[in-house]
Amino acid sequence: MASCSESAIDYKGGKVFLRRGGSGQTLLFLHGAGGIPAWLPYLDRLSDRYDVIAPDHPTFGQSDEPAWVEKVDDLAYFYLDFIKEQGLENVHLVGQSLGGWIALEIAVRSTHSLASLTLVGAAGIRIKGQPAADLFIMDDEELARALFKSDALAEQMLAMEPTEEQQDVIIKNKVATARLAWQPRLFNPALRKWLHRIDVPTHVIWGDSDRIIPPDYAGEFGGLIEGAAVTMIEDCGHLPNIERTDAFIDAVTGFCDRHAA
Amino acid sequence: MKVTMFHLMPYAHMDMALRARHKSAWVTYPNSDFDPKKGAALYNRYLDELELAAELGFDGISVNEHHQNAYGLMPSPVVMAAALSRRTETCKLAILGNAFALREHPLTLAEEHAMIDCISGGRLITGFVRGIGAEFWSLAANPTTSHERHIEAHDLIVRAWTETGPFAFEGKHFHFEYVNVWPRPYQQPHPPIWCPSLGSTETIEWAAHPDRRYVYLQNYSPFESVSRFLNFYRETCESMYGYTASSEQLGWTAPVYVADTDAQAVAEAKEHMEALFNRFLALPFEILFPPGYLGMSSYKRVRQHKRSIAGNQTIEKMMELGIVIVGSPDTVRERILHCHRELGFANFIGLLHFGTLPADLTERNIRLFANEVMPALQPVGDEAYRGFERVAAE
Repeated sequence: MASCSESAIDYKGGKVFLRRGGSGQTLLFLHGAGGIPAWLPYLDRLSDRYDVIAPDHPTFGQSDEPAWVEKVDDLAYFYLDFIKEQGLENVHLVGQSLGGWIALEIAVRSTHSLASLTLVGAAGIRIKGQPAADLFIMDDEELARALFKSDALAEQMLAMEPTEEQQDVIIKNKVATARLAWQPRLFNPALRKWLHRIDVPTHVIWGDSDRIIPPDYAGEFGGLIEGAAVTMIEDCGHLPNIERTDAFIDAVTGFCDRHAA
Repeated sequence: MKVTMFHLMPYAHMDMALRARHKSAWVTYPNSDFDPKKGAALYNRYLDELELAAELGFDGISVNEHHQNAYGLMPSPVVMAAALSRRTETCKLAILGNAFALREHPLTLAEEHAMIDCISGGRLITGFVRGIGAEFWSLAANPTTSHERHIEAHDLIVRAWTETGPFAFEGKHFHFEYVNVWPRPYQQPHPPIWCPSLGSTETIEWAAHPDRRYVYLQNYSPFESVSRFLNFYRETCESMYGYTASSEQLGWTAPVYVADTDAQAVAEAKEHMEALFNRFLALPFEILFPPGYLGMSSYKRVRQHKRSIAGNQTIEKMMELGIVIVGSPDTVRERILHCHRELGFANFIGLLHFGTLPADLTERNIRLFANEVMPALQPVGDEAYRGFERVAAE
């Protein structure tokens, strides 16, 4: 697997772990509830064309668990500070699932440093009558089967035997997700009314067989964010970056390249 | 020893075939299985059973809180305590417990408890609990902040009961511009606070603090765990806080069934006791321990031991472990006295109805316990506790 650098920055006295690889325009990748276990192929392929920064959100993965993280809003303000402190400009902001929700909360506050916004199976809003699946109530097997369209991928995930260290991170990520998204489950009731503020090119990417956040949410975001493009990825569950890596890379890079500032 | 009868008020008519198709009788178990007419009869029968215990001389009668389940039909134990307060005269009314911090506004419970304390002329015991994991699904409360909310809700209600108002409460989770509770509780400074638990060293260290000295109740557990936790309470008082705990600070809750002979007791109780544990109480791990409900190390420990509340208990095994007490009056009396001799708890709480136990057997159980067992327990004090004999000898 190709290389990335690993480092930690200090923020309000706590460490934020991040992976960074490649060069070019900055692509800030905000992970979902499961975190980033390693510099996986989708990150590596994105780093062929961009300077990819993939932090572990504060309270997730290898980052510290500061008390100031109470709501998704707190992470949005953190990332706005992060972008400023790192001197990042013209950032392609890509958020997946829970990370998509964080990206939306960032963008409704300020798009000043953003070149584009990409949402992949994003959480953050609720369509009445179409809830996201309850990540917390599922056992490991139910969750694996809900994440992927392909049974083979679910089997592969279930067959993995994480080390104790990896187990700790899995538990930590689940608690961190619950802290932010237990109630209301995976959305902010106030977010919808501010989505009109997003004034950068926006791309909504969704697996057409997503069983975690139903594909109708792609159209909903497409309608709420002016000019947003929607790409449905065929035969794909909640994680296009894992399940349909080629199609995911094409969709992300095609859009970002068209909107390079 | 003070003896209390505890009732869970389960939905004894649960459809066992439907239950077998669900993971538990909680949270998502459909309430279409609740027949209001049968429920009405059950509530009244169960209240009669507690009132009978009061007539027969129990020191207390007790109810508790669970939500959206067939295991216990008292989402508001306050309602039951209110009903009982007008039908009883001298016995304590123990709400064991109420989960204050599950509410957005715990002050409403402080008000309701103060009302019951006044109506009953100071007979209320307030059980202060965080709530088991399942409640956090049912009431949409965030388990990751449950501990700090629990502690803060405690500070709020004790201040609301003990300080004259109005004052502002400025917490992290709860904000009240005007705390000024009418009525003030009948008992001064406030009703006794008890802490029922399935076993938690954090709860013990908190309850045992010299500013609180709250009663710690170990709820149905193997006797080995009861010993570990009650002894831990006494040790904590000595080593951490430098005082000697009184036996009044300790209690134990266990299901009890008494019949004329040991064999008859086991035969009659078996189906209903196993239903309590295997059908009503059994909970999947994910529901019992939602994320953040336990700290990392406790969570890993319970997961390793797969301590979901398992669904394959037998009455014989539970008797052997000392989780339940079943037998003739002699057997039950000797067992509780033996346990008291070991641990010295001054509070015993008997669950005298469990699972699907029918009305006639429940009534006989209450009467046999009251007439044949309880008279030997109530006079027992610290002179019978081995721990203090040892201290005196030294």
